[in-house]
This record gives sequence, structure tokens and C-alpha cells, in this order.
Amino acid sequence: MSDAIATRGATTAAQTSIGRVAPWGVWIAAGLLLAGLPLVFRSGTALTMLSLMGIAIIFALSYNMLLGQTGMLSFGHAVYYGLGAYFSVHAINWAIAAKLPIPLLLMPLAGGFAGLLFAVLFGWVSTKRSGTAFAMISLGLAELVGSSSLILRSFFGGEEGVTTNRTKLLRLFDWNFGPQIQVYYLIAAWCLLSIALMYALTRTPFGRMCNAVRDNSERAQFVGYNPQVVRFIAFCLSGMFAGIAGGLASINFELANSALFSAVQSGNVLLATFIGGAGHFVGPILGAVLVTYLQNMLSDVTEVWQLYFGLMFIATVMYAPGGLAGLIMMHGPIWRAGALSKLLLAYAVLLVPIALVAVGAVLVIEMMTHLGVKAAEGTTMKMAGITFDARSWLAWALALILLLAGGGLARLAWHRVAAAWDRAQGVAREKGLTI
Amino acid sequence: MSALPEERRVRVAALEARGLRKNFGPAEIIRGVDLTVPKGERHAVIGPNGAGKSTLFNLISGLLLPTAGEIRLDGAPVNALPAYKINRRGLSRSFQVTNIFPKLSVWENVRCAMLWSTGEKYAFWRSVEANPEIAQRTQQVLSEINLIARKDLPAGVLTYAEQRALEIGITMAGGANVILLDEPTAGMSHAETERAVALIRRISEGRTLLIVEHDMSVVFGLADRISVLVYGEIIASGTPAEIRGNPKVREAYLGEEAH
Amino acid sequence: MAELILISTLNGVLYGLLLFLMASGLTLIFSMMGVLNFAHASFYMLGAFLGFQISRWAGFWMALIVAPVLVGLAGAVVERFGLRNVHRHGHVAELLFTFGLAFVIEELVQIVWGKSPVDFRTPALLDFPAFTVFATNYPAYKLFMLVISIAIFVGLFVMLTRTRIGLIVQAALTHPHMVAHLGHNVPFVFMSVFGVGAALAGIAGVIAGPALVTQSSMAALLGPILFVVVVVGGLGSLQGALFASLLIGLLQTFAISINLSLSDIFAGSGFTPEPNTLLGDLWRVSVAQIAPILPYVLLILVLIFKPTGLFGNRET
Repeated sequence: MSDAIATRGATTAAQTSIGRVAPWGVWIAAGLLLAGLPLVFRSGTALTMLSLMGIAIIFALSYNMLLGQTGMLSFGHAVYYGLGAYFSVHAINWAIAAKLPIPLLLMPLAGGFAGLLFAVLFGWVSTKRSGTAFAMISLGLAELVGSSSLILRSFFGGEEGVTTNRTKLLRLFDWNFGPQIQVYYLIAAWCLLSIALMYALTRTPFGRMCNAVRDNSERAQFVGYNPQVVRFIAFCLSGMFAGIAGGLASINFELANSALFSAVQSGNVLLATFIGGAGHFVGPILGAVLVTYLQNMLSDVTEVWQLYFGLMFIATVMYAPGGLAGLIMMHGPIWRAGALSKLLLAYAVLLVPIALVAVGAVLVIEMMTHLGVKAAEGTTMKMAGITFDARSWLAWALALILLLAGGGLARLAWHRVAAAWDRAQGVAREKGLTI
Repeated sequence: MSALPEERRVRVAALEARGLRKNFGPAEIIRGVDLTVPKGERHAVIGPNGAGKSTLFNLISGLLLPTAGEIRLDGAPVNALPAYKINRRGLSRSFQVTNIFPKLSVWENVRCAMLWSTGEKYAFWRSVEANPEIAQRTQQVLSEINLIARKDLPAGVLTYAEQRALEIGITMAGGANVILLDEPTAGMSHAETERAVALIRRISEGRTLLIVEHDMSVVFGLADRISVLVYGEIIASGTPAEIRGNPKVREAYLGEEAH
Repeated sequence: MAELILISTLNGVLYGLLLFLMASGLTLIFSMMGVLNFAHASFYMLGAFLGFQISRWAGFWMALIVAPVLVGLAGAVVERFGLRNVHRHGHVAELLFTFGLAFVIEELVQIVWGKSPVDFRTPALLDFPAFTVFATNYPAYKLFMLVISIAIFVGLFVMLTRTRIGLIVQAALTHPHMVAHLGHNVPFVFMSVFGVGAALAGIAGVIAGPALVTQSSMAALLGPILFVVVVVGGLGSLQGALFASLLIGLLQTFAISINLSLSDIFAGSGFTPEPNTLLGDLWRVSVAQIAPILPYVLLILVLIFKPTGLFGNRET
């Protein structure tokens, strides 16, 4: 059991020691990085993607306040994201109509306020249960709000949603936020602020008790804490930050519609947070960046990118439940012990069979796509520059060979990797870097 | 003859149970327990397996609701209170099956146990390290339970005996006046048990202790008074000498154990 | 009016029994393994689509037998190679695994059959009105659905309470370790229960397919309602699931037929809020329009007044 805990990259003393150092340097570096990114990635598409990543980071971090920090699995976090977007849009429109001297910069606050308000409203009822029941309740609430949004057309604008114009508010420094780069800087500023605030929360007594309630809510009672209150406060603060993310989204798209409440939206943030790693603070940041990038890139390459996402998610749940961040942190002691390069070599050997399996699987999936409902359009398809028919026996045979051969080789290589891992761990253990 | 005013003043017991009953469906587990533990006393509860000792602890600490009867902490009734409220009134307990925060570090485990009593409560607007007293007290508790060297490790990787020590540390960190320990030395070697007993004696100085134990040397070495629980009823209650000499107890329990 | 009530009651009970067909499998799986199978509605959807496909090749009656078996096998495979591996990571991981599975199954269905509804027809044998109530014909197919559902329940009940297998399953539901010590192959029991649960959902899919719309969004539409049923009924309680299924079935069916809104009821009061305002929307929305969200309203009410569910007793 101790091995499982040490090697699965769970939230460990590593997290507390990061906090203890509290280096201002990291925040300054992050600020510089965010400021400098547009200078490297100059194109319009890149700027849009960076903006989306910024929003996704805030959303995912807010989600992890529930999942990773307090152990609450929610399937309906998009409610607060969507409500934040709608309230921001209405706030902007109201400010324009009433000619109020409020700059666009402050508008995400309306989103945050909405997220907080509704989290308080729904939170007490939601947090009456924990665990699986809480997850189901969050799903039910999301459906309730999503369906209500189609009924209450005056506020939610029906299927078309509500639009706004972000350039019409009070200008600061002659920025009207028309160009995407200006929107990016707005998002980046709020992103940095949100990250800092959410990180600071983890260092408070409340934040520590969230972790305690996650680990053992019964014991938390026996040290004087009401777990429901802890969860409720976490729920409210998490809703607030989700609302801020929603507000930024509404500014970015100049639109708020009911798709924001959808199960897809709630599912995406769960995917991003989990794949990034729920057990570490930076996990959701990694996940948000990766998932946003893949979403935008994959949807150009294949029609069934969502299937790939689902499979990636299942693979993470089964083989790397600590997510990307967990995998990286797991190697921390080994890197410090200087044993990382040998281990990476073993990984490289494993990479080849895994690549074979991946290519085989992609082949099968893409061929199925062209044989299924799309067969009406003809079964010729193109992959890696080669055109062929989805019905060809050769293609299917090739896919099968790739899957079987890759799978078999992977099994063999796995033993080497496991042995290499044990050796590397041994080295780290000798140097006292791990237990 | 009239009594002196000091003697007439009623001494409120730290912990008191009267007519306590607990049924699980048709099964009666606790069948009318009367127990009084005065302030500052070290009181042991012994009895054969299945007597209901853990159930008794669960009732007193608020994990279970009594079917009938009353429980008083410092004179005030605490029957229907949830566990966290009873804890805030100054009663703390340990568990027979180690119940710690496995992913938090040892330091964090102990620190979390004192956040409420030091007034931090649900504060999310200041750092947990703002109050230096908390770090001091955590350091103190950790040195008491001899886990300073392991303070940064996740609690889940400690050895069994270390976890039991941490369990006791969490129980006492909040400064509770009434401490309930549920088989604290279970599974420990002889040397570990001796250390644990010394620790328990230190931490229960000036506090009220209620301890469930199977190890008779621990019981007779530590307790001021002993109660014997058999099939949900207390068949005898008194000083160690009285209990040792009690024929009912010998028949029901002491004759079976090998110490 | 009486006709409406009778038809709505029949339809409501039918819908409720269909829900229970799925909720019972879900509850069995939950009670036994502690994991709420997020992909349960996906097995229902697989049953409907496989039933459709097989009925096109070999007729409805073949589909009725073969499709649930296939879905049950799929369930067993999922348990054996997926869930069993994830089990050691805890309940959250199990729930997440089934969530990912639901996602993937929906995508696969879309790949093969597309996003539009498919033409799953009622079998010719049953395509006639069973009886006429006042002026409305009640289709024989729906009676067939009713009969099949009840037959399955009776069979399930008998199997669980009267056969040896049933007794072992019941015991393994609450004391899996003990049952394993007694020499029974508990992993096999788990796999079978998961498979049977999936097959139950599959049968529900096959028989509901022709009556309701068979489309790739089926699972996403029915899934949340299913989970509301188990939470309202009380997690782990079969009676609770039955009660909640019937309650929600009747509630929704009756609500859909009521076209009243607050503005209709208070038509005489002269109170007419502005059309494009929040109050205006609430005033004009009909009961039929809010019928889809009534289960969720029920969920919130139950949570406020009896958080552990109507028949539930323990926290998960």
C-alpha cells in the first residue's frame, strides 16, 4: 500500500514543501511568460487558442478545488460557468445602455458574482450528500439549469443566446478590446490573478481542511470540523472562479448561449482536470492547456476527435490516475537522484510498440468511421498521405497486425520498464530521496 | 447534621452515561449502561470481544445515536449532537482501526487536529502559517509522539506503530479535556506498548481518560478505575484491586486472558 | 378527461416500469460493487441499436433474444477487463471509468449509425390496437412492453429469492468477503451481476426502441433521469428504485398532457406580466413544457426534506 501511495503521484508532502517556499520568483516568471507568449505566437489562430487556454485554466483550477482538493466529483460544474457568462453579458449590455463608466476589465467580476451567488443557492442542497450521490445531484442540477435556460427566454435568449459588444465600454489606455491580442491580455491578467488566489486558498486553514475532509471526512469531524460546511465553502468559492471563467468566455465570444450549460462543457472540464492531474495544483493547468490544444488541433484532422478524447480519458483512469502532473512528479525523486536518463531509455524502448498499437487503433477507428454512417459519401479515405478504400482487406489486415504485434511487444517491453523503474527507485531510495 | 458548603457542592463528572441503550434492528448491543467518570480520572473499559466496547465509544463520541438513555459531558447532555459538536465541547477520540489523513504529511495531520481549537476555523482569508503558536504546538505534539523525524512524509507510508502513535497525536492535539482511546496498543510489540503507555500517561495528566484495552498489563498499570463490559452491560466497576478480586469478572473475562 | 387519465396512467406506469428495468440493474450493480455505473443508460442505447440492426437482418423476435445477450456479454467484458482493474483506485476512479465508457459508447454509436434517429419499427405481429378506450386506440405493442417488463421482474424476483444462485448473489451483495471465504467465486459473481444488469438495460432498449425514438442521444437524455430515480429512491434500495421509477414515470407522463400555465389558471385576474421578462416567461410556461425538468425538481425537494432518499438509510 505504501508503494502505491508513493509511486502513484498522489498529493504528498511535495505539495506542502512547495507551499513552504512561496517563491515570488515563480509568480513573476509566470507573469513574464504570459506577457511574452503573444510575441512568440503571433497568428490570429494562435492568439485565439491562447485566450481559450487562459479561460480553460481558470475553469479547470476552479473545478479542481472540488475534485482534487476536497474530493468532490461534480458532473455539473458548467452551471456556474454558464451563469457567469450570462451575467457578464447582461452586465456589459446594461453598462453600455446606461452609459456607465465601467471598463471591460471589471466585467468578469459580474461573472464571479453570479457564480458565487448560485453556488450559495444550490450549494447547501448539493453538499448535503457526498460521494456518488453528490455527483448525481450535480448532474441533475445541471440538467435543471440547462433546461430552464431554454424556458426562460427573456434572460437566456433561447437557442440563439445573448450577444454583446465588448468594444463599447469605457476605454483605458485607448484599448477598446476589439483586437484579439487585447482580449488575450485581459484574459491573461485575470488568469494570473485567479491562479494566485486559488493557490493562496490552498495555504489557508480552510484549504488544509479541504484536503483533510477529502482524505477522511469522518476523522475531520473528530477534530471539530463539520465536513458539510467545508464542502459548502469550497463549492461556493469554486463556483465563483468558474463564474469568472464564464465571464471571460462571454467577453471572448461576445456571446452567451445555452451550450455553455451542456453536459459536454461539464465533461470537458472534468477531462481536462483529470488528465492534467487532480492531485497537484499545476495538474489542471497542464490539462487545460493540453485539452484545449488537442481539441482545436484534432478537430481539423479527424471527425471523431471526441472518441479519441474519451479513449485517452479511459486510459488515464486505468493506467495513470494521477494524470500528467502525477506522472511527472513521480519522477521527481529519480531525477534528483540522477537516475532519470537510464529510465527514459527504457521508456523509449516501450514507446515503439505503443506507437504501433496507437497507429493500428487509429486506423481501425478511422476505417470504421468511413464504413459506418459516412459510407454514403464513398469509402475512399486518406491517411498519412496514402489514399485507400476503407473496405480493403489489406488495410484491415495491416491494422490487425499493428494491434497484435504492438500489443505483444508492449507486454514484453513492459517488464523491462518495470525492472528499470525498480532500479531507479532503488537508487533514489539509497540517496534518501524517497522511501 | 448539616453538611459543610464545599461538600454539598455537587462535583460534575467529566463524562456520564445513564441507562444507555443501543439497538441495531432487533439486536441489543448496549443494554442499559451506567457509567460515571469523574474529572481527571483514568478509566479503563475491558470486556470480551463483542461486548460492545467500540459501540459504547461510538455512542459517546457522537458517531451513533443512542436508542435510549443519556450521555452527559461536563454535566451537559450531548445525546443528539453530531460528532463535530461533541468534539468542540472538549471530547476527542482515537480509533481502533487507524483513522488518519493518509495523503497529508505527518505534520499536517497533527496541525489539522488543532486548527479548530486555536480559533482558525473556516478562515480562507489568511495563511495557515500566520499564527506561530500553531507551528509551535504542532512541533510539541510531534516530539511527544516521537515523530519529528518523519514529519514531512505522507502519513500513509508510516509503519503501523508510527500510525498508531500519530493517531494518539491527532487525538490529543486539539487540547481536549476528555480523551477516549480505543485499543491504542493493539498490534504493538512489547517495547512499543511500553512507550505508548508512557505517552498515554503523559498526555492524560490533568485530563480525563477513557480507554478500551485488551492488554491487561496496560489496563492495570494505567487505570485509576476499571469497568467491565459484558454483552452490553457493565457487570462490575471499581479500582483495579476490586476488579481483580471480583469473582463475576474472573468468571466472565479475566479467566480467559493469558496475561 | 377520464380517457386522458386512463391512457396517461397506462403510459406512465409503462414508462415507470421501463425506468425500473434499468434502475434495478443499476441498483444491483451499485449494491454489490459500490460503483454507480454511469454507462448504464449507454447499455440501454446499445440494446436499442443492436436490436434495430438485428431486427433488420433477422426480425424483431430474434433481436429481442440476441441483442440483450450481446449487451450482457459486453457488460461482462467491461467488468472483467476494465472495472476490475480500476477497482483498486477507489470509487471515484470507477465512476470516472464508467463516465469515460459512456462517452466512448455514444461516440461509437454515432460512428456506426449516425446522429439521426433510426427507423426501428414495431413488429408487424403487434402492430394493431389492443383495445379502444373511449376514442383512443391503445397499441398492442405497448401492452406487450408492459407484459414483458412484469414477466422479467417476476423472473428476477424468483431467481433472487428462490434459487441458490440468487441466494449467493444476495449474500455477496452485503458480504462479499465472507462469500469468497465460503468458496464461491466472487469475481465471477461480480462479472455475472454486471453482465445481467447490462442485459436488463439492453432488453429495456430493445423493447423501448420501437416505441420511443432510437437515437444516439438516447443515453444522454435518459441517463440523468435514471440517476435521479436511484438518488430519490435511495441508493441501494430496490423498493426505492421501483417507487421512484413509477413516481417519476407517472409524474412526467401526466405533466406532458397538461397544457396549463399560470396565465391560464389566473386568466381572469387581469394580471399580465410583460412578455419578454423573467416573470412573463414563468407566467406563460405550461406544465407540459416543464415536464422534462420535473424529475430534477423532485430531486431537489427530496434532498431538502429527506437527503438519504425516500427509502434510503445510509450515507454512501
